[in-house]
This record gives sequence, C-alpha cells and structure tokens, in this order.
Amino acid sequence: MAQNEWPLWEVFIRSKQGLEHKHCGSLHAADAKQAVQMARDVYTRRQEGVSIWVVPSAAITASNPDDRAELFDPMADKIYRHPTFYELPDEVKHM
Amino acid sequence: MYTQAIDLPGKEPKPESAGEQTPDQTRFDAKLAADEKIEPRDWMAEAYRKTLVRQISQHAHSEIVGMLPEGNWITRAPSLKRKTILLAKVQDEAGHGLYLYAAAETLGVSRGELVDALHSGKAKYSSIFNYPTLTWADIGVIGWLVDGAAIMNQIPLCRCSYGPYARAMIRICKEESFHMRQGYDALLAMMRGTPAQRAMVQDAVNRWWWPVLMMFGPHDRDSQHTGQAMKWGIKRISNDDLRQKFVDATVPQAELLGVKLPDPALKWNAERGHFDFGAIDWEEFWRVVNGDGPCNRERLATRVRACDEGRWVRDAALAYAAKRRAREAKQAA
Repeated sequence: MAQNEWPLWEVFIRSKQGLEHKHCGSLHAADAKQAVQMARDVYTRRQEGVSIWVVPSAAITASNPDDRAELFDPMADKIYRHPTFYELPDEVKHM
Repeated sequence: MYTQAIDLPGKEPKPESAGEQTPDQTRFDAKLAADEKIEPRDWMAEAYRKTLVRQISQHAHSEIVGMLPEGNWITRAPSLKRKTILLAKVQDEAGHGLYLYAAAETLGVSRGELVDALHSGKAKYSSIFNYPTLTWADIGVIGWLVDGAAIMNQIPLCRCSYGPYARAMIRICKEESFHMRQGYDALLAMMRGTPAQRAMVQDAVNRWWWPVLMMFGPHDRDSQHTGQAMKWGIKRISNDDLRQKFVDATVPQAELLGVKLPDPALKWNAERGHFDFGAIDWEEFWRVVNGDGPCNRERLATRVRACDEGRWVRDAALAYAAKRRAREAKQAA
C-alpha cells in the first residue's frame, strides 16, 4: 500500500467572501481536481468555506525552525517601527 | 476514548532527558516547561515523537473503526430524519480520522505505515468499538455516553503541546457536541414511546455503561506512562479524574432521561462532593484490549476487507492522474 500512496495536499479555505484563504489541514488525493472535491467533503461540511485552494505539500518551501532567531529576532529591538513609539502632544488628538 | 493508547503496554522509548543533556534537548525541555507548542519541523525528543505517533494514530484508528458499529444501523434507522443524522455523524467520524492521520503524518510516518499497523493488529484502537450494536437504542447510547466520554477526554487534548494534534482536536471537539446531543435526543424520543422502547433504552444503557467507564483507561496507580505524558503536555488530566468528572456529569442526565445506571454502588458522597461508583472489571478491559472482545475479529476483518476491496479504485485514480499529466505534457510540447 505504501508505494501506491496518493500524494499529500495542503488545503486553504476562504471562510467568507472578503477574507483571506487560511490553511486548515491536509489530505491525500490522486490529483488537484480530486483534492478540491475531497477538501470540500472534509473541511466544509458545516459551511466553513466559500472557496478552496489546494497546493501539493511538496511544493511548499518553508523557513527552517533553526533559523528562527536569525530571521526574526532582529525585529525585536526596532520598536520605532510601531506607531506607539512616538509620543505626540495631546493637542494633536488623533493621528 | 481515545487516549487509551498512552496507557497500553508497548515498547515505550526511554526519555532521553535521563541521559546526557544536549542543547537541543535543553531548548525542547524549556519550551515544554513554558507551555509553548511544538511544531512539526521543530527539534523534538525521539521518545516524545514516538509517543505522539502512537497516540495520534491510535486515536485516528478509533475514529475509523468507530464508524463500523454505527454504520450497521444506517440502513435500519427508524426514520429518514434519524438516517440523515446518523449518516452525517458517521461522515464526521471519517473526517476526524482524516484530521488525525494528517496530524500523525507531520511526525514523519506515512499513511500507509499507520494503516498497515492497524490491519496487522500491531496498533490498537479504543476498546469500546469491540462491543456490538444490538438495537437502535445502542446508537442513541453511543452518542450520549460514548461520545460524551470522548468529549470529556478530548477537551484537554485541545491544549496538547503538539500543535497539529491540538488543532485537530479543536476541530473535532466542535463537531463532537452534535454527536452527543443527537444521541440524547434519540433516547429522549424512545423514552417518550412504548414500554418496549423504554426497556430497549434501559437494556442498551446496561450493556454500555461499564465499557464506557473503561474508555478512560486504567486507574492512575496502574497507568504506567501518565507521568511522562503529563510532563510532555500530551496528557493534561489523569484517567481517574476524567472518569469521575464523567460520572458526575452523567448521573443527572440519566435521571432526566429516566434510566437507571447499572451500578448499585453509585451514590452521592457529600464529603467528597462527587458520586461514588462501583469497581470496574479490569479483566474484561484487558481481554477486550488484547483482542478478545465480542467484536474484535469482526471489526478488524471489516476494515481490512474495505481496504483491500478499495485498492483498485485508489490505483485507478493514480493511473488516471498520471495519464492526464502525460497528455497535458504532450500537448504543451
């Protein structure tokens, strides 16, 4: 059985018109069309979605968890990128 | 139900933390101590990974095998309404199995390996599904008690330290509530019926009550892996605590329904603030877990047959996909 396994797909669902597609899980399917059909059966049984994307899992390139510090920590000391860093006089009111 | 796997004897890898402390291991331990989630590509201790593969896959097998006792009744449901409800519930169980297999696969095992382990008898599933569904009342009792116990067990798993498992459990718990309520609703309808129907409900409760209490697994003092599983954040509440919680919640529901739970020792203990209940027959539990329950052979044989008989469909779908890919490539050239 193992050698004849259907490939793995990642499933993304748009829950409502106007919202983004969000990753919700994965499934095995022979091809893209079947993956969409199965995603519909598995992940939208209670009207959880209005649109489905499927992507072959093998096509995803991900960052390496070991690089987390290198990639993301440099942003920790750049608080000037946030609006709350700037203290303006009260007279300015909303800005 | 479904966390029984953690308590069953098996080759349990020794936690590495007992040996030398690598920097990876230290970071991993610190993450768990801080209640941070572990995600698929993060470093994790081998024993943690193996325990999760075992628990999640056996949980998935339980969902899949759990379709069989209920599937028996789809064609015999007493009305179209009950039939559509039961169909939806059984379809949910298939979905739950799929979410869980997918979560297990993020740990580096293939679906084929997991299914093979079930079919060869190497992997277990919840003991509860080795009992037969003799009457329509059994379907109601499965929803009320079996799924009720499952919810009790599964809610703490939504906080499991392994991200994909926790996310699958959140999705499952949302759907599980429908299962329990439809079961109780079906029983309420029967209790408002004829004396024969009421007797049918009582008979089903008599047969399922003790096996349901066994779903929570052995007593804490006999549960060999609980300590490690708690430390890893895979298990959050002990077997006995969950079982007590379940009994306390169920007694008033039984009263409202008008059935008697088949335990003469069951009574309110004001001092403890809990219901006391009688001794569980652990010999029966181990007999069923180890393959000798009323339906073990039948359930496994049905699963294996379904897989074998569906093989040509799976192969044909792959062959068709390959043919279409080849044709598209030729046209593009």
